[in-house]
Amino acid sequence: MTRKNYYLTTDGLLKRKENTVYFLNKDSKRPIPINKIYSIYAYGALSISSQVLNLLSREGIPVHFFNRYGFYTGSFYLRETLLSGDIIIKQAEHVLDNERRMELAKSFVRGAALNMKRVLGYYGLENGISDTLSDLESSGSITEVMNVEARIRSDYYSAIDGILPEGFRIERRTRRPPENMTNAMISFGNSLLYSTVITELYNTQLNPTISYLHEPFARRYSLALDLSEIFKPTIIDRMIISLIKKRAIKVEDFEHGMNQCLLNDSGKRKFLAEYDRRLGKTVKHRELGRKVSYRRLIRLEAYKLIKHLIGQKRYEPFVMWW
Amino acid sequence: MSMISGLEGNPAVRGLQINYYFICRTKLWFFSHNIQMERESELVKLGRLLHEESYSREKKELIIDDLIAADFVKRKDCLEVHEVKKSNTMEEAHRFQLIYYLFYLKHVKGIENLKGFIDYPALKKRTEVSLNDEDVEELKNVIKDIDGIIRGPPPAPQRKPICRSCAYFELCWI
Repeated sequence: MTRKNYYLTTDGLLKRKENTVYFLNKDSKRPIPINKIYSIYAYGALSISSQVLNLLSREGIPVHFFNRYGFYTGSFYLRETLLSGDIIIKQAEHVLDNERRMELAKSFVRGAALNMKRVLGYYGLENGISDTLSDLESSGSITEVMNVEARIRSDYYSAIDGILPEGFRIERRTRRPPENMTNAMISFGNSLLYSTVITELYNTQLNPTISYLHEPFARRYSLALDLSEIFKPTIIDRMIISLIKKRAIKVEDFEHGMNQCLLNDSGKRKFLAEYDRRLGKTVKHRELGRKVSYRRLIRLEAYKLIKHLIGQKRYEPFVMWW
Repeated sequence: MSMISGLEGNPAVRGLQINYYFICRTKLWFFSHNIQMERESELVKLGRLLHEESYSREKKELIIDDLIAADFVKRKDCLEVHEVKKSNTMEEAHRFQLIYYLFYLKHVKGIENLKGFIDYPALKKRTEVSLNDEDVEELKNVIKDIDGIIRGPPPAPQRKPICRSCAYFELCWI
């Protein structure tokens, strides 16, 4: 795929001149050819004109906005072009029917847990994920499913702490604000992944607001939350562990405040560069017999969900096979 | 919506659905349920470009009832209906798409004196298609069959050489 993600980390202005978009900041003016853009992630204060938005809309390019802390604030989500009434009805049907909803909700948790297990296995860490996971099958409600997920995740974080150097240990998961460096990276990474999933969902007929594990009212694009769960371990967590262990990210890459810790500009830039590199990394897909990027794996997950909804093939969550 | 004589009770079918029927039932089902993929496929873009760039002098699309979308028409002593295609590997599908157009124009719209052509600009080739009783009989069966396929569950994909270049490849084989 020739189109790339653009990550704008400085304050600036997006301008359109004919079919080229320019990013202007205080130091430079950079042209971004329109057919090279897949999506835009805006981390700085970005001024954007309706001419630019019209062009982006015509080309089907979303823009994701984040506040200065790196939290997701919203997207320029395009007018939907891939609409299918059938799919929306099927999506809703699978929420309204508790049995069908539970099946999907459990699949997402199982997928997430098995990917966590792969991450721990990679670092030779002991874990009790399989034991906890056996409680999933007997769960009768979404709350119980969520509780199983929370227990698995908490054990998983403690296990990871075993290989992290002092100062970088998670201790306990804190959000809004994250209280230490690794928590800061997890929050930053999860928001980023969530936006990436939104972009992929936009390119399918799935309605991003109808979800199974998360309540459809949890957040606007709650289906993106569901799918993110599966990819967090594989994409975000592995990346964070690797950044820390390779000492690619350091204490100086964070802004430390009272009871809160955030990536600073250099930290964000490092994180985004590595994230982008990972999204572009390819693996040979066993079923398709083709090389696919990590980013594409997310789209494929959406396709699998479509096939499940229309009754063509039962959904099995992506579990890292390498 | 006018009914096609001999096909009363059947829903309206689009030309492209006739085409897909001969190419792939799974694609026909997806397309008919508005599960479309065309945003990114390079081949689809190429096809669209071919349509836009070829025969630009005679560009007169013919769109009728949202069912017929012939690429261009020429009015001579008769009405020439043209469909532009990239290659002739799917000739049967192209031929029936055009037969459907001719049939529809004649029986539903009452236009006499029609001629149909498939144009392959890349091959510098043109094939004439005309209506005969045998094809019309088959067309009616095809339309009934399409209706049955669409109302049924999604057909399991069948692996064919064309799958490799199909925009639905990943959806089918994941």
